Amino acid sequence: MLFFSFFKTLTNQTVTIELKNDIRIRGILKSVDQYLNIKLDDIEVLDLDKYPHLSSVKNMFIRGSVVRYVMLPRSEVDVGLLEDATRREAANQAGKAR
Amino acid sequence: MERNDTPPNAQQRNPQQQQFQQQNALGPASQGPTGPTGGPPQLPPQMFTTAAQLLDLTDKKLVLVLRDGRKLVGVLRSWDQFANLVLQDTVERIYAGKVYADVPRGIFLVRGENVLLLGEVDLDREDEIPTTVTKAPFEEVFELKKQEDSKRKSGDKKRHTELSALGFEPEHSGEILF
Repeated sequence: MLFFSFFKTLTNQTVTIELKNDIRIRGILKSVDQYLNIKLDDIEVLDLDKYPHLSSVKNMFIRGSVVRYVMLPRSEVDVGLLEDATRREAANQAGKAR
Repeated sequence: MERNDTPPNAQQRNPQQQQFQQQNALGPASQGPTGPTGGPPQLPPQMFTTAAQLLDLTDKKLVLVLRDGRKLVGVLRSWDQFANLVLQDTVERIYAGKVYADVPRGIFLVRGENVLLLGEVDLDREDEIPTTVTKAPFEEVFELKKQEDSKRKSGDKKRHTELSALGFEPEHSGEILF
């Protein structure tokens, strides 16, 4: 659930998503759900010539399972806070396993 | 995370309480547009479900890309939380090299796991077809596509054998993605 909450804090930011089939899409992150499915608005496909089928698409729902990377604006990520939260979550998980 | 999900003074509480706060904020009964103590504004949690994401795409003309590389253009009529979809008046658009062809298909019921992405077509721009592709007869495109596919398949196979000889596991073994 940690990354779900993390992505929720990034809504309305411009992100670039790379899919497992190498398509890269830049757009405004509109929403994200528990499976990390992502909804993007005002999209722009990088290297559009290779993917003509996306030429007239304006917004997009991407299934979480096909995402390879999400590139985030550096200024919007509080790395310290995220590190902290990640460790806490990991400790929590380890505690549960025992 | 706490920055948006819990009030600012949560930092001073003990970790267990913080934990509780965090989970509580994710629950369906979470607070309204502002945080409980007037913290930063929050979007209602029901915004963040698959259903909410698909709701505003309903009855719109969409491009659906499937895991096997098929591109379908149709009107989204129904869906569920797994992104299982029903498309009406579907046309399959086959691309090969610099040409494409349309094949009328009718109703499509797609199992969610096969969905790669779903894009809403901008009706004002839908006729602006990129100059890099031109429409061609189906038979011609299909033949070209078959050649492309077999070429890619043998290339993939070769790469996989070479990679596994070096001890690498292919990135998406067994899954066809393009």
